[in-house]
Amino acid sequence: MSIIILLLITGVGLGALYFLVASGLSLIYGLMGVLNFAHGSFLTIAGFIGWEVGRRVGDGTWAGLLIGMLVGVVVGAVVAALTELVFIRPLYNRHIEQVLVTVGLGLASVALFEGIWGTDPIQIRLPGWLGETTNVLGANIPNDRWLLIGAAIAVLLLIVLFLQRTSYGLVIRAGVENRTMVTALGIDVRRAFTIVFAIGGAAAGLGGVLASVYYGQVSAHQGTSLLIFAFIVTVIGGLGSLTGAAIASVLVAVIQQFANFYGGWGDFAVVLALALVLLFRPTGLMGKVKH
Amino acid sequence: MRTFFTSLWGKLAIGGVIVVVAAILPLLNIHIPGVLPGPTYTAGAMSMLAYAFLIAALALSYHLIFGVAGMLSFGHAMFFAAGAYGLAILLGLLAPSGMPPTVVFLIAIVLTLVLALVLGGLVGALALRVTGISFAMVTLAFAQAANVLIRRNTGGLTGGEEGVRITTEVVPEFFVGVVNTRNLYWLALGILVLVYLACLWVERSRLGHVVAASRENELRVTVLGLRPYQVRLFVFVAAAVLGSVAGMGFMLLQSGATPRISTADFTLTLLVIVVLGGVGYRWGAIVGGIVYTILDQRLADLASAAWIHDLPDVLRIPLSEPLFILGMLFVLVVMFAPGGIVGLSHRITRRRGGKQDAAQPEALQDVEA
Repeated sequence: MSIIILLLITGVGLGALYFLVASGLSLIYGLMGVLNFAHGSFLTIAGFIGWEVGRRVGDGTWAGLLIGMLVGVVVGAVVAALTELVFIRPLYNRHIEQVLVTVGLGLASVALFEGIWGTDPIQIRLPGWLGETTNVLGANIPNDRWLLIGAAIAVLLLIVLFLQRTSYGLVIRAGVENRTMVTALGIDVRRAFTIVFAIGGAAAGLGGVLASVYYGQVSAHQGTSLLIFAFIVTVIGGLGSLTGAAIASVLVAVIQQFANFYGGWGDFAVVLALALVLLFRPTGLMGKVKH
Repeated sequence: MRTFFTSLWGKLAIGGVIVVVAAILPLLNIHIPGVLPGPTYTAGAMSMLAYAFLIAALALSYHLIFGVAGMLSFGHAMFFAAGAYGLAILLGLLAPSGMPPTVVFLIAIVLTLVLALVLGGLVGALALRVTGISFAMVTLAFAQAANVLIRRNTGGLTGGEEGVRITTEVVPEFFVGVVNTRNLYWLALGILVLVYLACLWVERSRLGHVVAASRENELRVTVLGLRPYQVRLFVFVAAAVLGSVAGMGFMLLQSGATPRISTADFTLTLLVIVVLGGVGYRWGAIVGGIVYTILDQRLADLASAAWIHDLPDVLRIPLSEPLFILGMLFVLVVMFAPGGIVGLSHRITRRRGGKQDAAQPEALQDVEA
């Protein structure tokens, strides 16, 4: 019993990490039709810079970590917005080219990170509490999972609030539904593109700092390896659906944890889940049906 | 205006001359500093060129899927790996059987081709049920699964992170060792020509036209009573088999392989190559493959050059990462030169000829190249 609880909660913790990456991917795809291969790089750069700033403020202290998280959010948002303005916007409405540009950026940036910070992962120091465990119904849950889950819930709530309560959120929701109509009504949808990229980048940036907490290290390849799972999560959840991304993140991560524990075939189970979902429900769990 | 060089015989003649020149390169002493690691008759230069030819052949097979059929696949590396790993594993399994080495070698090749055919058929049949980005994701998922299987050392066959080595006892003698690099070079060239002819045949066939048509307008093809699914599946499987042929050549050339050739990054490299050369052009895939391989190898040497080390960090770090330069080059090509290298050269030759050709429709450009 305690093992099942342990696997469930650690699975949700990993799912929280997936969600931070997948939420942005899903929003960007929903609004712009672009699968962003550079998203992993937003995560990695935010992870690195967040760590660099955090350890200067206070290595292994809460102040350092919190400031690192804040810096990660800002770096992710700024880098993502710049990417949209410089590389994506000139290729307006040419989806394949936009995807290709993000592929190129993803490859190039990982190489650059390797050049700056080296190819080997760097171990980081964390506040002591995060290394301890909390007993829940007999299961010893590592404390960093709570931080991940809390952050992901906060991000989910903030994004939902933004989408539901602000005028830009309205434009974005309408744009996901029917972009042509929004443009026809005279609304400049391009500003919404930049905003969506910035939001996705901010979430990924927070995810970058939290990924370094989860793995206890920062590395140039952190973003890329998470990105593949985030893609799978996004497709299973239904491209463009934030709720779908949230549900699929938790589902995929929990399945992965259980399969890893019972037989060590976690990655395989995730791929299998994707194949099954696409075969029986090609639009994903919460995806809208194509017209 | 049709000149000799644009007629069928003219094209055949140009192609023949290029192949002959490439074939006699190992007999010549040509040294292009900065491009080749040594004169063309040395083993280093030949094996680099042979590697470039095989990557070009693989890129050509990817061109069938991406350029001709218009399907964005992220799983093509899987078939290359199937060819390389399949050949090495089958040779290893069949070697103790006591059959003559030549027979073992041939059986292993045929079985590897069958493996690629079956794998391509299975993955294609499933993945083609969806289109667009979902298709890309399914192929990515399968490739990822294959990569995991290979890295896990499944059944003690794939050797995990170490990779596999080829069992040299059952490989014909003239393909073994540095002494025979020249033969391997000719083998690689032969594979490239073979894959090129196969691509030409597929593209020129009625089936090829249907595939190209369904790329442009699927609905219309369906309305005409044709089935895009079947033709796409055929092209997917054909590309898978051709990719595995390139993989087998790779295994013979390198006499070993690591899981790197089955990663998604390797497929992304193929995508970069095809786009760099020019999407939709057969020659683009070849030129892209060769240029990319040479750049990749030479940029790595550039990184260790002395003058680079004296530069300040801001310049030194980006310049010493080949993949950074190639990635940014790729971004620039996508943004400013959508036709890639071949498209660019077409534009230049047209301008020089004084002809102001109107921009051709995308579909026509593909057929023409």
